[in-house]
Amino acid sequence: MQRLLLAVVLAGCGGSKPPATPAPVELRPLAANELHTVAELEAIPNRSQRSLALFAEMTRVITHPRCINCHPAGDSPHQRWMEPHDPPVVRGPASNGVAGMECTTCHQDRNQPLTRVPGAPGWHLAPLEMAWVGKSPAQLCTQLKDPKRNGGKTLDQLVEHNAHDKLVAWGWDPGADREPAPGTQEQFGALTAAWVQTGAECPTEKP
Amino acid sequence: MKIKINGVDKTLDVDPEMPLLWALRDILGLTGTKYGCGEALCGACTVHLDGHAVRACVTPVRRADGKAVTTIEGLSADGSHPLQKAWLELRVPQCGFCQAGQIMSAAALLAANPHPSDADIDQSMAGNLCRCGTYTRIRTAIKKAAGDK
Repeated sequence: MQRLLLAVVLAGCGGSKPPATPAPVELRPLAANELHTVAELEAIPNRSQRSLALFAEMTRVITHPRCINCHPAGDSPHQRWMEPHDPPVVRGPASNGVAGMECTTCHQDRNQPLTRVPGAPGWHLAPLEMAWVGKSPAQLCTQLKDPKRNGGKTLDQLVEHNAHDKLVAWGWDPGADREPAPGTQEQFGALTAAWVQTGAECPTEKP
Repeated sequence: MKIKINGVDKTLDVDPEMPLLWALRDILGLTGTKYGCGEALCGACTVHLDGHAVRACVTPVRRADGKAVTTIEGLSADGSHPLQKAWLELRVPQCGFCQAGQIMSAAALLAANPHPSDADIDQSMAGNLCRCGTYTRIRTAIKKAAGDK
Protein backbone atom coordinates (compact mmCIF):
# COMPACT_ATOMS: atom_id res chain seq x y z
CA MET A 1 0.00 0.00 0.00
CA GLN A 2 1.19 3.42 -0.76
CA ARG A 3 0.25 6.60 1.03
CA LEU A 4 1.11 9.87 -0.60
CA LEU A 5 1.00 13.00 1.45
CA LEU A 6 1.42 16.25 -0.32
CA ALA A 7 1.62 19.74 1.07
CA VAL A 8 -1.01 22.21 0.09
CA VAL A 9 -0.28 25.86 0.72
CA LEU A 10 -3.46 27.32 2.05
CA ALA A 11 -4.31 30.79 0.95
CA GLY A 12 -2.67 33.06 3.46
CA CYS A 13 -3.14 36.66 2.46
CA GLY A 14 -4.12 38.07 5.82
CA GLY A 15 -2.01 41.13 6.54
CA SER A 16 0.50 40.53 9.30
CA LYS A 17 -0.48 36.93 9.96
CA PRO A 18 2.33 34.44 9.47
CA PRO A 19 2.11 32.27 6.36
CA ALA A 20 -0.32 29.44 6.75
CA THR A 21 1.16 26.04 7.41
CA PRO A 22 0.83 23.75 4.41
CA ALA A 23 -1.83 21.19 5.05
CA PRO A 24 -1.24 17.75 3.63
CA VAL A 25 -3.43 16.39 0.89
CA GLU A 26 -4.03 12.80 1.68
CA LEU A 27 -4.56 10.62 -1.34
CA ARG A 28 -6.26 7.29 -1.13
CA PRO A 29 -4.01 4.34 -0.33
CA LEU A 30 -3.11 2.32 -3.38
CA ALA A 31 -2.70 -1.34 -4.09
CA ALA A 32 0.55 -2.21 -5.86
CA ASN A 33 -1.23 -2.61 -9.19
CA GLU A 34 -2.99 0.77 -9.06
CA LEU A 35 -2.11 4.32 -9.99
CA HIS A 36 -3.54 7.54 -8.70
CA THR A 37 -5.50 9.15 -11.50
CA VAL A 38 -5.01 12.63 -12.88
CA ALA A 39 -8.37 13.58 -11.35
CA GLU A 40 -7.23 12.50 -7.90
CA LEU A 41 -3.99 14.44 -8.20
CA GLU A 42 -5.92 17.57 -9.17
CA ALA A 43 -6.63 17.87 -5.44
CA ILE A 44 -3.14 19.36 -5.21
CA PRO A 45 -3.73 23.06 -5.89
CA ASN A 46 -0.12 24.08 -6.40
CA ARG A 47 0.73 23.53 -10.05
CA SER A 48 4.38 22.73 -9.46
CA GLN A 49 3.66 20.31 -6.66
CA ARG A 50 0.95 18.69 -8.76
CA SER A 51 3.43 18.24 -11.59
CA LEU A 52 5.88 16.57 -9.23
CA ALA A 53 3.15 14.29 -7.92
CA LEU A 54 2.16 13.36 -11.47
CA PHE A 55 5.75 12.44 -12.25
CA ALA A 56 6.06 10.46 -9.02
CA GLU A 57 3.08 8.44 -10.20
CA MET A 58 4.67 7.95 -13.62
CA THR A 59 7.83 6.58 -12.01
CA ARG A 60 5.80 3.76 -10.52
CA VAL A 61 5.29 2.58 -14.10
CA ILE A 62 8.73 3.48 -15.43
CA THR A 63 10.56 1.61 -12.68
CA HIS A 64 8.32 -1.46 -12.84
CA PRO A 65 10.16 -4.56 -14.10
CA ARG A 66 7.80 -4.85 -17.10
CA CYS A 67 9.26 -1.56 -18.31
CA ILE A 68 12.74 -1.31 -16.86
CA ASN A 69 13.78 -4.86 -17.78
CA CYS A 70 14.29 -3.72 -21.36
CA HIS A 71 15.87 -0.38 -20.45
CA PRO A 72 19.10 -1.88 -19.07
CA ALA A 73 22.19 0.15 -18.30
CA GLY A 74 24.33 -2.57 -19.85
CA ASP A 75 24.20 -4.78 -22.91
CA SER A 76 21.75 -7.42 -21.72
CA PRO A 77 18.09 -7.17 -20.79
CA HIS A 78 16.46 -8.62 -17.71
CA GLN A 79 13.35 -10.69 -17.26
CA ARG A 80 10.86 -11.44 -14.51
CA TRP A 81 12.01 -9.45 -11.45
CA MET A 82 15.24 -8.07 -12.89
CA GLU A 83 16.77 -11.50 -13.39
CA PRO A 84 19.24 -12.02 -16.23
CA HIS A 85 17.57 -12.83 -19.54
CA ASP A 86 17.53 -16.54 -20.34
CA PRO A 87 18.94 -17.45 -22.83
CA PRO A 88 21.80 -14.97 -22.53
CA VAL A 89 21.39 -12.30 -25.17
CA VAL A 90 23.22 -9.11 -26.01
CA ARG A 91 22.10 -5.73 -27.26
CA GLY A 92 23.92 -5.69 -30.59
CA PRO A 93 24.64 -2.61 -32.69
CA ALA A 94 20.98 -1.63 -33.18
CA SER A 95 19.65 -2.76 -29.77
CA ASN A 96 17.80 -5.65 -31.43
CA GLY A 97 20.30 -8.43 -30.82
CA VAL A 98 23.03 -9.88 -33.01
CA ALA A 99 22.97 -11.94 -36.20
CA GLY A 100 21.62 -15.38 -35.40
CA MET A 101 20.31 -14.16 -32.06
CA GLU A 102 18.06 -11.19 -32.68
CA CYS A 103 15.24 -10.24 -30.35
CA THR A 104 12.78 -11.39 -33.00
CA THR A 105 14.53 -14.72 -33.37
CA CYS A 106 12.27 -15.75 -30.49
CA HIS A 107 9.89 -12.86 -29.71
CA GLN A 108 6.85 -12.54 -31.96
CA ASP A 109 4.45 -9.66 -32.53
CA ARG A 110 2.24 -10.88 -29.70
CA ASN A 111 2.48 -13.05 -26.61
CA GLN A 112 2.66 -16.77 -27.22
CA PRO A 113 0.35 -18.26 -24.58
CA LEU A 114 1.40 -21.90 -24.92
CA THR A 115 5.13 -21.25 -24.76
CA ARG A 116 4.95 -18.19 -22.50
CA VAL A 117 7.34 -16.29 -24.78
CA PRO A 118 6.34 -12.63 -24.50
CA GLY A 119 5.86 -10.61 -27.67
CA ALA A 120 4.73 -7.31 -29.11
CA PRO A 121 5.32 -5.44 -32.36
CA GLY A 122 8.89 -4.23 -32.73
CA TRP A 123 10.31 -6.11 -29.75
CA HIS A 124 13.74 -4.63 -28.98
CA LEU A 125 15.84 -3.09 -26.25
CA ALA A 126 15.77 0.59 -25.47
CA PRO A 127 19.01 2.15 -26.74
CA LEU A 128 21.74 2.58 -24.16
CA GLU A 129 21.18 6.32 -23.93
CA MET A 130 17.64 5.49 -22.80
CA ALA A 131 18.84 3.24 -19.95
CA TRP A 132 16.71 3.49 -16.83
CA VAL A 133 18.24 0.88 -14.52
CA GLY A 134 19.97 2.49 -11.55
CA LYS A 135 18.58 5.96 -12.20
CA SER A 136 16.93 8.08 -9.51
CA PRO A 137 13.54 9.69 -10.22
CA ALA A 138 15.31 13.02 -10.71
CA GLN A 139 17.68 11.48 -13.23
CA LEU A 140 14.86 9.68 -15.01
CA CYS A 141 12.88 12.88 -15.25
CA THR A 142 15.63 14.97 -16.81
CA GLN A 143 16.45 12.07 -19.14
CA LEU A 144 12.85 11.76 -20.32
CA LYS A 145 12.82 15.46 -21.22
CA ASP A 146 16.14 15.31 -23.09
CA PRO A 147 15.65 14.52 -26.81
CA LYS A 148 19.18 13.13 -26.91
CA ARG A 149 18.18 10.53 -24.35
CA ASN A 150 14.48 9.99 -25.08
CA GLY A 151 14.60 8.87 -28.68
CA GLY A 152 14.49 12.39 -30.10
CA LYS A 153 11.00 13.10 -28.81
CA THR A 154 9.32 16.35 -27.95
CA LEU A 155 7.23 16.30 -24.81
CA ASP A 156 4.09 15.98 -26.94
CA GLN A 157 5.61 13.01 -28.72
CA LEU A 158 6.51 11.52 -25.36
CA VAL A 159 2.86 11.79 -24.33
CA GLU A 160 1.80 10.03 -27.54
CA HIS A 161 4.45 7.35 -27.04
CA ASN A 162 3.43 6.60 -23.48
CA ALA A 163 -0.26 6.64 -24.33
CA HIS A 164 -0.33 4.62 -27.53
CA ASP A 165 2.93 2.86 -28.41
CA LYS A 166 2.25 -0.84 -28.91
CA LEU A 167 5.48 -2.02 -27.31
CA VAL A 168 4.78 0.20 -24.30
CA ALA A 169 1.29 -1.30 -24.22
CA TRP A 170 2.79 -4.73 -23.61
CA GLY A 171 3.66 -3.58 -20.08
CA TRP A 172 -0.01 -3.94 -19.14
CA ASP A 173 -0.59 -7.11 -21.14
CA PRO A 174 2.55 -9.12 -20.46
CA GLY A 175 1.01 -12.56 -20.74
CA ALA A 176 1.66 -15.74 -18.78
CA ASP A 177 2.13 -15.13 -15.05
CA ARG A 178 3.98 -11.84 -15.39
CA GLU A 179 2.78 -8.99 -13.20
CA PRO A 180 1.55 -6.08 -15.32
CA ALA A 181 2.78 -2.55 -14.75
CA PRO A 182 0.49 -0.65 -12.35
CA GLY A 183 -2.66 1.00 -13.65
CA THR A 184 -3.38 1.08 -17.36
CA GLN A 185 -1.66 2.54 -20.39
CA GLU A 186 -4.54 5.00 -20.70
CA GLN A 187 -3.83 6.21 -17.16
CA PHE A 188 -0.11 6.36 -17.84
CA GLY A 189 -0.70 8.43 -20.96
CA ALA A 190 -3.05 10.75 -19.08
CA LEU A 191 -0.54 11.17 -16.26
CA THR A 192 2.17 12.00 -18.79
CA ALA A 193 -0.05 14.52 -20.55
CA ALA A 194 -1.00 16.18 -17.26
CA TRP A 195 2.64 16.25 -16.17
CA VAL A 196 3.59 18.02 -19.40
CA GLN A 197 0.66 20.42 -19.06
CA THR A 198 1.75 21.34 -15.53
CA GLY A 199 5.25 22.24 -16.61
CA ALA A 200 6.91 18.82 -16.65
CA GLU A 201 8.52 19.53 -13.30
CA CYS A 202 11.35 17.28 -12.17
CA PRO A 203 12.16 16.30 -8.60
CA THR A 204 15.46 17.35 -7.16
CA GLU A 205 18.02 14.88 -5.88
CA LYS A 206 17.72 14.19 -2.18
CA PRO A 207 21.01 14.84 -0.40
CA MET B 1 -0.58 -18.79 -46.99
CA LYS B 2 2.16 -18.72 -49.57
CA ILE B 3 5.68 -19.40 -48.39
CA LYS B 4 8.83 -20.00 -50.37
CA ILE B 5 10.43 -22.95 -48.66
CA ASN B 6 13.98 -23.81 -49.63
CA GLY B 7 13.47 -21.95 -52.88
CA VAL B 8 10.18 -23.62 -53.79
CA ASP B 9 6.83 -21.83 -53.60
CA LYS B 10 4.41 -23.64 -51.32
CA THR B 11 0.80 -22.97 -50.38
CA LEU B 12 -0.13 -23.97 -46.86
CA ASP B 13 -3.74 -24.30 -45.76
CA VAL B 14 -3.18 -24.49 -42.02
CA ASP B 15 -4.10 -22.58 -38.88
CA PRO B 16 -2.12 -19.33 -39.11
CA GLU B 17 -1.12 -19.76 -35.48
CA MET B 18 0.37 -23.21 -36.10
CA PRO B 19 4.05 -23.17 -35.14
CA LEU B 20 6.19 -23.06 -38.27
CA LEU B 21 8.02 -26.12 -36.97
CA TRP B 22 4.80 -28.16 -37.11
CA ALA B 23 4.18 -27.08 -40.68
CA LEU B 24 7.73 -27.92 -41.71
CA ARG B 25 7.87 -31.32 -40.06
CA ASP B 26 4.28 -32.60 -40.14
CA ILE B 27 2.88 -30.97 -43.27
CA LEU B 28 5.92 -30.65 -45.50
CA GLY B 29 7.96 -33.59 -44.21
CA LEU B 30 11.09 -31.53 -43.63
CA THR B 31 12.23 -33.34 -40.50
CA GLY B 32 15.78 -32.04 -40.47
CA THR B 33 14.62 -29.23 -38.21
CA LYS B 34 14.24 -30.65 -34.71
CA TYR B 35 11.81 -30.15 -31.87
CA GLY B 36 13.78 -29.56 -28.68
CA CYS B 37 12.24 -27.52 -25.88
CA GLY B 38 9.28 -26.01 -27.70
CA GLU B 39 9.83 -22.71 -25.87
CA ALA B 40 12.62 -21.01 -27.86
CA LEU B 41 15.12 -21.90 -25.20
CA CYS B 42 17.34 -24.48 -26.93
CA GLY B 43 17.70 -23.44 -30.58
CA ALA B 44 17.24 -26.94 -32.06
CA CYS B 45 14.42 -25.69 -34.31
CA THR B 46 16.31 -22.74 -35.82
CA VAL B 47 15.50 -21.94 -39.46
CA HIS B 48 15.91 -18.79 -41.54
CA LEU B 49 13.07 -16.42 -42.30
CA ASP B 50 14.16 -14.07 -45.07
CA GLY B 51 17.70 -14.79 -43.96
CA HIS B 52 17.17 -14.12 -40.27
CA ALA B 53 17.39 -16.91 -37.73
CA VAL B 54 14.08 -17.69 -36.03
CA ARG B 55 12.98 -20.39 -33.63
CA ALA B 56 10.41 -22.32 -35.64
CA CYS B 57 8.80 -23.77 -32.51
CA VAL B 58 7.44 -20.37 -31.44
CA THR B 59 7.06 -18.72 -34.83
CA PRO B 60 3.47 -18.81 -36.08
CA VAL B 61 3.12 -19.77 -39.73
CA ARG B 62 1.40 -16.45 -40.42
CA ARG B 63 4.71 -14.66 -39.80
CA ALA B 64 6.21 -16.53 -42.74
CA ASP B 65 3.37 -15.71 -45.13
CA GLY B 66 4.85 -14.18 -48.27
CA LYS B 67 8.39 -14.76 -47.06
CA ALA B 68 11.22 -17.21 -47.66
CA VAL B 69 12.00 -19.98 -45.21
CA THR B 70 15.26 -21.90 -45.36
CA THR B 71 15.73 -25.08 -43.40
CA ILE B 72 18.79 -27.26 -43.00
CA GLU B 73 17.63 -29.18 -46.07
CA GLY B 74 17.83 -26.01 -48.14
CA LEU B 75 21.05 -24.55 -46.82
CA SER B 76 22.79 -26.06 -49.83
CA ALA B 77 21.70 -28.45 -52.55
CA ASP B 78 24.37 -31.02 -51.81
CA GLY B 79 25.72 -30.38 -48.34
CA SER B 80 28.42 -28.14 -49.72
CA HIS B 81 27.82 -25.09 -47.57
CA PRO B 82 31.14 -24.20 -45.91
CA LEU B 83 29.60 -24.82 -42.51
CA GLN B 84 28.37 -28.28 -43.50
CA LYS B 85 31.79 -29.14 -44.88
CA ALA B 86 33.53 -27.85 -41.74
CA TRP B 87 31.08 -29.74 -39.55
CA LEU B 88 31.92 -32.98 -41.33
CA GLU B 89 35.64 -32.38 -41.44
CA LEU B 90 35.87 -31.57 -37.74
CA ARG B 91 33.31 -34.19 -36.76
CA VAL B 92 31.45 -31.62 -34.72
CA PRO B 93 28.32 -33.61 -33.75
CA GLN B 94 28.13 -36.16 -31.02
CA CYS B 95 24.49 -37.22 -30.78
CA GLY B 96 23.64 -34.66 -33.47
CA PHE B 97 20.17 -33.67 -32.34
CA CYS B 98 20.95 -29.98 -31.93
CA GLN B 99 23.26 -29.66 -34.90
CA ALA B 100 20.79 -28.55 -37.57
CA GLY B 101 19.87 -25.62 -35.35
CA GLN B 102 23.50 -24.92 -34.58
CA ILE B 103 24.39 -24.80 -38.27
CA MET B 104 21.43 -22.57 -39.16
CA SER B 105 22.33 -20.06 -36.42
CA ALA B 106 25.95 -20.16 -37.53
CA ALA B 107 24.89 -19.61 -41.15
CA ALA B 108 22.89 -16.54 -40.16
CA LEU B 109 25.91 -15.27 -38.28
CA LEU B 110 28.33 -15.77 -41.18
CA ALA B 111 25.92 -14.19 -43.66
CA ALA B 112 25.98 -10.99 -41.60
CA ASN B 113 29.52 -11.24 -40.27
CA PRO B 114 31.81 -13.30 -42.53
CA HIS B 115 34.74 -13.21 -40.10
CA PRO B 116 33.36 -13.36 -36.57
CA SER B 117 35.54 -13.17 -33.49
CA ASP B 118 35.24 -15.70 -30.69
CA ALA B 119 33.06 -13.21 -28.82
CA ASP B 120 30.84 -12.71 -31.87
CA ILE B 121 30.39 -16.47 -32.14
CA ASP B 122 29.64 -16.86 -28.46
CA GLN B 123 27.03 -14.11 -28.58
CA SER B 124 25.29 -15.37 -31.70
CA MET B 125 25.34 -19.02 -30.63
CA ALA B 126 24.36 -18.41 -26.99
CA GLY B 127 20.81 -19.59 -27.59
CA ASN B 128 21.78 -22.92 -29.14
CA LEU B 129 22.27 -25.57 -26.50
CA CYS B 130 24.28 -28.76 -26.99
CA ARG B 131 23.91 -31.22 -24.16
CA CYS B 132 26.81 -33.24 -25.54
CA GLY B 133 29.00 -30.20 -25.02
CA THR B 134 30.37 -29.81 -28.52
CA TYR B 135 30.70 -26.06 -28.13
CA THR B 136 34.45 -25.87 -28.70
CA ARG B 137 34.16 -27.86 -31.93
CA ILE B 138 31.23 -25.72 -33.04
CA ARG B 139 33.27 -22.58 -32.56
CA THR B 140 36.25 -24.08 -34.38
CA ALA B 141 34.06 -25.18 -37.26
CA ILE B 142 32.53 -21.74 -37.64
CA LYS B 143 35.98 -20.21 -37.81
CA LYS B 144 37.03 -22.84 -40.33
CA ALA B 145 33.98 -22.15 -42.47
CA ALA B 146 34.86 -18.48 -42.29
CA GLY B 147 38.32 -19.29 -43.58
CA ASP B 148 39.90 -18.10 -40.37
CA LYS B 149 41.32 -21.43 -39.16
